[in-house]
Formats: sequence, structure tokens, C-alpha cells
Amino acid sequence: MKDKRFLIVAVLILVAGAFLPHVVKNAYVFYAGFVTLQYIVISTGWNILGGYGGYVNFGSGAFVGLGTYAAVFLFNAIAAPLWLQILGAAVVGGLLGLAVGYLTLRIQGVYFSIATLALTVVLNTVIVNWPFVGAARGATVLAPPQHGWFPTIVTYVFFAMLVLAVLSIALARWIERSWIGRGLAALRADEKAAESAGVPTLKLKLATAAISGALMAMAGAPYPYYASYVEPTAAFSITYALNALAMPLIGGTRSWVGPLIGAILLSGIEQAATVTIPSEVNLLIVGFVLIGFVVAAPDGLLRLFGRRSAPGRRA
Amino acid sequence: MTETILAVRDIWKRFGGQPAVAGVTLDVERGEKLGIIGPNGSGKTTLINCITGVLKPDQGTVTFEGADISALPAYRRARRGIARSFQIPRPFVGITVAQNVMVPLDYVDDVDNPVARTRELLKLVGLESRADHPAESLTHLELRKLELARALAAEPRLLIADEVMAGLSETEIDEVLATLFALNDRGVTVIMIEHIMHAIMRFSQRLVCMETGRIIADGTPHDVGKDPEVRRVYFGEQASH
Amino acid sequence: MFFELTSNAIVSGLLLGGLYAVASLGLTITFGLLEIPNVAHPTFIVLGAYCTEYLNRLGLDPVVAGVIIAPAFYLGGMALYQAYYASFERRGRSNTLQSFTFFFGVALVLQVLLILVAGVDLKSADAAYIGKSLVLGVIRMPYRLIVPFAVGLVVGLGMWLFLSRTRTGLAIRAVAHDSDALRIVGLSPTQAKRHAFGIAMMTAAVAGSALIVASPVDPFIGAQYIGRTFAVVVLAGMGSVPGTLVGALVIGLLESLIITFVGATWAPGVAFAALLACLAIRPSGIFGIAR
Repeated sequence: MKDKRFLIVAVLILVAGAFLPHVVKNAYVFYAGFVTLQYIVISTGWNILGGYGGYVNFGSGAFVGLGTYAAVFLFNAIAAPLWLQILGAAVVGGLLGLAVGYLTLRIQGVYFSIATLALTVVLNTVIVNWPFVGAARGATVLAPPQHGWFPTIVTYVFFAMLVLAVLSIALARWIERSWIGRGLAALRADEKAAESAGVPTLKLKLATAAISGALMAMAGAPYPYYASYVEPTAAFSITYALNALAMPLIGGTRSWVGPLIGAILLSGIEQAATVTIPSEVNLLIVGFVLIGFVVAAPDGLLRLFGRRSAPGRRA
Repeated sequence: MTETILAVRDIWKRFGGQPAVAGVTLDVERGEKLGIIGPNGSGKTTLINCITGVLKPDQGTVTFEGADISALPAYRRARRGIARSFQIPRPFVGITVAQNVMVPLDYVDDVDNPVARTRELLKLVGLESRADHPAESLTHLELRKLELARALAAEPRLLIADEVMAGLSETEIDEVLATLFALNDRGVTVIMIEHIMHAIMRFSQRLVCMETGRIIADGTPHDVGKDPEVRRVYFGEQASH
Repeated sequence: MFFELTSNAIVSGLLLGGLYAVASLGLTITFGLLEIPNVAHPTFIVLGAYCTEYLNRLGLDPVVAGVIIAPAFYLGGMALYQAYYASFERRGRSNTLQSFTFFFGVALVLQVLLILVAGVDLKSADAAYIGKSLVLGVIRMPYRLIVPFAVGLVVGLGMWLFLSRTRTGLAIRAVAHDSDALRIVGLSPTQAKRHAFGIAMMTAAVAGSALIVASPVDPFIGAQYIGRTFAVVVLAGMGSVPGTLVGALVIGLLESLIITFVGATWAPGVAFAALLACLAIRPSGIFGIAR
């Protein structure tokens, strides 16, 4: 059964990830790996609402940044451990997704997208005016002295992100194959017909927006430990929004495999490019890639190479 | 024992200045085979949309099985046992034919074996061979069959079939009619909207004719067929079947 | 003292609204009437500002420069629509995700190109009237705000006349409501839309020149204007020119009051808050018909 195979692979990956820091001593692997894993979580989370449901979030940076600052807040306020920071981020991210969804998903999908466009600016504004989390100056987050099994803080957050990546993919895969995935596909295809078939479209959209928001925010939570220093421009960076869009688009939006492929591919390319070319040119290339794909191969690489990737279980 | 399963009271629906439905009142008995005819633009589909909850009427009420469902959203009405097929097929593109049929099974509860039921339904409408094909690859005819299968999926107590037979061959029309008759025998109330006269005349035990948003005739197919108003409205609109 | 503060805040807000009106009018057409989500519009305004700055350095008055670059932007707008049409509408795919993403990509590419060509430093324009103010009693109106306001009125009036009195203008409104009416006017829907895009881009050019008169510009200012322009268009009621003017004045006023009484760092969030409030209370906007 495919489920069992998936479970075995997932466990193997986690075990490998846990032992990796003791085998590989090159820190760069973990620094770079963290970024890619973070994008796996972000694009998977994005795709649950964007690819499966058809509602495009242009403000992923807002959610990721929110998660980052939720972590900073919890750290500053109660010296919360990482798992609690992640949990807090998930809750706040979910609530934001729900709020934006509630305000806009009852009208037309296009308004959801517009609202998310401006969301990043708004959250940035709020944080910039909030001294407790560092405002515009930024906040320094000192790593916890003990990270147990893991030799360094980087390997610690790397593993945390690996866990999040596996969990988010497992969740996306489950959603895709379940009645939720079918309901989302129905409402994406034809909302009125879906309603007439019994699908509670508004509730489904809201729940999905909350899940998507929670996942993207969780991706931001380990960042303070990773970078030690958090400031708004980086936390709410436009590259999050851009990549959250580009990665599923490139990999394929209909299946959980798409964002995974897109994240690994694009993040890999970007990191290789950063070393050699200035970051603006990097952005430029991603922008062109985005336009190119949306025009020529909108269903992503998966469809381009002929793989059947329909959501939901075979009946 | 007859009981009213659907009571439509004084429904009005305007688009811009024009009323598409102008004060329709209609009672449907449980187990009845009701046919609705009328030229294009007479408000048949708009009335159905108001009944199923896709549109909100400007005034009027809809009662189903004794309960006022006027304020309920479409999905709740579906869960209470109202199903409809769309005049222009609205498939869920992006998933397979079988998954299309599974959607109502997922959301209208209490279906014992959804996988088996899906196969059964697809076999019924003749789409079994296309089960795992993406919905977007279906021909127009096959899409109509999918519409019917999806509407039948969750065992509705009221089925509204909006032009399910358009474009079908004579044999296929007979098959669909047989299915609908069998369904009705099991107690399902069927409201049929059709332009294929011989089919709807054969099927209906009661016929209603609409024109510009109003009901202009209501009676047995025989009587309505002879009604001078109905003849006037249909002059030049004779379906060739 | 309070009166002076308030009245100046109100006046500046209204003047700012004129600028926001010019910025938003193009979007009223493309997004409000044609329902094409052109999120690249604010970036084109920034491009207009940069072009104006360049011509200004050569000695031209900014507003004049805006008028001069307008035709080029008109052609650019038509080309952009053509690209969009060829990629999406002709293939029958006006899928929201894809069209949004297309313009998002265009906006990004344009912004990065601006950074690469012109750098990230603030650029400003020079003119005789920038720096001076008109003083009426306690009210102090800087010319750098009066000029954009005037431009806003002129463009707004022009747009309204165009859409209601000319054949092309009526055709564009027809596209939004009823494609059959277009045939009477003799234009195909595609031609009408192409011209509409061209006009929208023209307003972006003029808006850019007004923008750089009002304040210095850097390549990142487009992000703030996305929120503002979309807020104005939604507040207006999609496709309504008078609504756009009113909506812009409202947004300008709100921002100015918040800046004066709460703090400048809160200003970027105001437009968005207004957008959300509008969506929550009356999504059809001030002048719009319920969808």
C-alpha cells in the first residue's frame, strides 16, 4: 500500500536527518539545507490553498514573517522552547489565514488575492511599531545553550525544519487523497456545482486558509534561532511571496509532489546563483522563470512530463 | 397517501429590471413525476436555481419536506436530499470521472460503500470505461451522463433533471427514462425539465408550462398538450423529436 | 493649535487624495472594468516617476515630462495587453492564479530592472514650485501636493468624459457589461481592451510624474501603492470614475489624519485597513452595484 511505503520513507528520512549532524561536519550543508527545507514547508502550505483550492495567496511573506515574530515574542516573553514557538506560530498563522479568509472568501476569490498582496506591508507596519519584538532595529535571539543530541544550533534547527517538512508533506498528501482534497478540487473547478453537490464551500475554504496559514507561519518559527538576528525586512521578504508562488507553479500545483520538486529545484538554483551573481539578478531570473512558466507550462513540470497527478484516491 | 414534498410559494427573481421568475407558486407531491416545459428564457432554470439554493429569490419561500429551507445555503439543501443536474454540464475538471461522482458521496452522508456505489452509478449511465479518465477529457454527451450520475449519487429524495437528455440518441433517451422510472418506483420524486417533447410527455404524470417567468398551464400531459396558451407559446418551437 | 493641526491634516489629505486618484484611475479601467488584475500597475507608475526624473534632470518640468512620456506608455500598455491576451485570453484561460501571477512576475521584473538601472537611492524632481507653499490663513498647502491634486482632477475629468462621451470609451464600458453592444460601435472586444490598457498605462505615466513631484521615489515604493490603488478601486465600486476620485480622497484623508495624530510609521497600513473594512461592510464599494 502506498501509504505504508510513504510512512517508511518518512521515518527513514527523519532518522537519517537525526544522524546526519554526527556524520557530516560541513556546516554549510545545514545552512543551505535549512533554507530548502523551509521552502518545502512554505510551498507545500501555500499549495494546499493555492493549488488544491485555487485561491492565490500573494502575501506568503506575511505569514512566514508572522511565524518568525511569534517565535520572537514567545522567546522574549516566556523564554519558550522551540516546539512551543512553532506551535504558537501555527496558531497565529492559522488565525490570520482564517481572518483574511473570512473577510474575503465570502465575496470573490480575487479579493482574497488582493488582500494578501497588501498583507505583507501591513504586518511589516505593525512590527515596525512594536518595540517588544525589536521594531525596525530588529531583535537578537540567543540560542538555547543546550540542544541535546545536536552538536550545533544550526543542526538543531535543521532537524526541526526537517520534521516540519515531513509533517507538512504528509498532511498535504493526506488532504489531497481524502474527501477534503476532492471537495477542494470540486470547488476549484466549479463552486456552484460543488455547493449543489453538498460541498460546504465556505467552511472548506476557511479551514484550508487556516491550515495553509498555519503551515507557512510554522516555517518561519525556527528562523530566529537560525539567524540569531531578526529584522522586519528580512522576515517579511518579498522572496517568500515570490517563491511560494513559483515553486508550486514550476513543480506542479495539483499534487504534493509538485511543491517538493519545485522547492528543491528552485531553492537549489537560487542558492547556487547567490554565490555567483548579485541578489537582484537572482530575483530577476526568478521573475522571468515565473512568467515563463505561467505562460508556457502553467501546470508545472509534472504535467509537462506527462505524469498523471490528480488529487484524491482512485475509486 | 400523498404528501407535499416541495412547496414553492410566490417566488420572484429579477435580473436588472426584468423578472426571470414572476410569482411562481407550485406544490409537488412526494413520488410525483413532474415535467416542466416552456420556451428558452421562460424562467425554468432560474426557478430551479431558486429551489436548490444556487440563487436567492427576491421574495418567496421554499419548503421541503415540511421545513422552510429558504434561508439554507445550497449545500445544506443537497444534504437534505435535493439533487439537480445542470442544463449545461458543470464537471469538476482536474479530477477523474469516478472522483467526480465521489464528491456528493463524500459530503452527503451515510453511504455504506462509496467505491462500490461509484462503480454502480458509472455502470448505470454507461461511463464505467471512463472511470479513471480526467473529467476534462469527456465528450459533451459523456458530460451529460456524468451530470446525471453525480445527481443520483447521494440517493436524493427529490431529483431535478434539467435537460439531461439533450443530444442523446433515441436508445440513450430510453435508457435514461428507464433509469428515472426505476428511481421513481423506489420513491424518488422527479422534476424533469425538457425540450424533447415525446420523452417528457411519456415520463410526466403532471406537466407545468412556463412562459416569461409565470406558470401558464398545469395539468396532465394530455390536457396541457391541448391547452391553447401552450400551443401558442410553442408554435414554431416544436422540438423535432 | 489643534484647529491648525487638524485643518492642515485634512487639506494635505485631500491633496494627497488627488495623487492617489491619478494613481488608481488606470486600475479602475483594467481591474474595475475589465477585471484584469494588473498588479503591475503601481510598478509602472514608479517607472513613470523614474522616466520623469530623467527628463527633469535634462531640464523639463515634471508634469510636462509626464505628458511627453505618456504616448510611449500608451504603446507599452497595448503591448502588455497583447502579451497577456496571447498567453491567456486567447487560449480561453483567464484563470485568476495565472493572470495574477503573470502581472506579479512583470511587476517584479520591472522593479528589479529599475534597481539595476537606477539604483536604490531616492530620486526626486526639481521644479520652481517644489519647496514653496500656498498659505491661506492657517492652512499651508505645499505646491508639491497642489500640482498632483490638480493633475488628478484633470485626468479624472478627462477619464470620465472619455468613458462617457467617446466611442472608444463607451466600447470599453461595453466590454465590461455586454459584448454584443460592442459590435454596434465597430470595435472588437480585443481592440477595446487593448486601447483600455494603453490608456491605463498612460495614466500611470502621468501618475508617476505627479508622484515624483509630491515626494522622492525609490524602486520599492510600488509595494505601498499596490495596497492604496486596490483599496481605492474597491472602495470606489469597481469601474466607477467618480467613485475612484471619492475613494482616493477618503484614503488620502485617512492617511493624513493617522500620520498627524498617530504616527507616520502607521501610514502604510491605513489603505489596507480601509480595504478590509470596505470588504467587510460593503464589498460593492461606494458607487458600485452589488455583485
